[in-house]
Amino acid sequence: MFIPCHRGGDSAGPDFQGFTLLMPAVSVGNVGQLAIDLVVSTLDMTKVGYFYTDCLVPMVGNNPYATAEENSTELSINAEVYSLPSKKLVVLQIRSPFIKNKYRPFCETLLSWVKSSKCARVVLLSSSHAYQRDDEQLLGTPLRYLLTPDLEKAVGGRMKELNWKEMEKVAAYPGISDTDKVLHIPGGGITKLLFTESCSEGIQMAVLLKFCSEGDNIPDAFVLVNYLNEWLQLIKSEVSTSNNSTDPSSQWKIPSSWRLLFGNGLPPALF
Amino acid sequence: AFLSSFILDSVCWEVVGVVKLWNEWCRTSSTTNVLPTDSFCLFYRLISDPTVLLCQCSCYVAEDQQFQWLEKVFGSMQKKGLQVTILSTCPVADYKTQESTLTLVSPFLKALKTKEFQEPVCCPLLEQPNIVRDLPAAVLSYCQVWQIPAVLYQCYTDVIKLDTVTIEAFKPLLSSKVLKSLAKDASESTKVLKKFLTTSETHNNIYI
Repeated sequence: MFIPCHRGGDSAGPDFQGFTLLMPAVSVGNVGQLAIDLVVSTLDMTKVGYFYTDCLVPMVGNNPYATAEENSTELSINAEVYSLPSKKLVVLQIRSPFIKNKYRPFCETLLSWVKSSKCARVVLLSSSHAYQRDDEQLLGTPLRYLLTPDLEKAVGGRMKELNWKEMEKVAAYPGISDTDKVLHIPGGGITKLLFTESCSEGIQMAVLLKFCSEGDNIPDAFVLVNYLNEWLQLIKSEVSTSNNSTDPSSQWKIPSSWRLLFGNGLPPALF
Repeated sequence: AFLSSFILDSVCWEVVGVVKLWNEWCRTSSTTNVLPTDSFCLFYRLISDPTVLLCQCSCYVAEDQQFQWLEKVFGSMQKKGLQVTILSTCPVADYKTQESTLTLVSPFLKALKTKEFQEPVCCPLLEQPNIVRDLPAAVLSYCQVWQIPAVLYQCYTDVIKLDTVTIEAFKPLLSSKVLKSLAKDASESTKVLKKFLTTSETHNNIYI
């Protein structure tokens, strides 16, 4: 459940009415979570609360978005909420995996919080196993989107303008031609569950996902966050003067916690 | 082990509670009849000052048990004026640093504290990108969310078995406000330390 950082006295806690909730799914390559790190770090968002739950593995550490000595000593936990009222944006960052059998309770708690806080819409950043693509999906862009029916009415047209590709449904029984088509997001964690629940509960949700594999997923995170930016315009994409193309990758700020992702320095004695 | 050597003794402390749990990591054979000597968590209270509680956790609390452990333990405690100190160890190989961990002088202490904890800590704070997991992380998360002042002292060590060097790495804590008044006499501590080591060394005689 959501617990605000500052409470007591007259403050009733932060108000998210009409805001866009941006959150990751814990999925292959952790791409959604990395992309969220980029958003929070670049927009210098303020932590406004914790999402305290028994569904995620506990972990703590010092401020992952620290930029200086002074702000590096604030403790962070496994699920925190950041906000940027000027852009009507609220972000939930999830930093650890789900505990067994706790997917469904988490989705229920999350969606009930979305409804009670009156967020206008939810944008879920996710990923799916690249090796599960069919022949057609291997060609073209690895990025896909999904919209719940309520959000389709509002922004479906914008997706067409951006020339985005909707996530294809696959045959329920591959190989057998005339079976029902179903949504299948392998490696997507709670993506499918959250999406189908949102559809049935009338919540406006968009899923943005990228096909990828485990490895160095930093480039995947940049691609996903730029994809998000095409729609939400969180940062301005400056036109590069040298080759006259727009490449906003350099404008995303890498957080300090991304250091040493692949291990420590090497012992000199090794050589 | 640090707490047993330097703080606990049978005269000043009494057992007031126990948390019994079982998971695949516990070394007990019977799940229905957990003996007092089996591994779990014991709660001691200082007889002269009943507001001081000490928890000795000698078993691994699994991730799906941590939340219930917290709810049961903190649920029965007065949270106003509560202060929590957590001691834990962890392999130095888990420590992320620019240099190689081979060149680091271990064991060493690192601390993490909640926003409400205002006292000075006895060692440097744990730098990013290092994190803490398991029960210490669960307790610290709880304290951060519910605004309880708490501090975690994590000792990074390169020794798997119990040893004096690692235990003594916690010594700077004896100068902290919380533990200063609780520390035992130095000679007593050495006696208990010795006892710990003799019991563990008998298992290492396979090459003799």
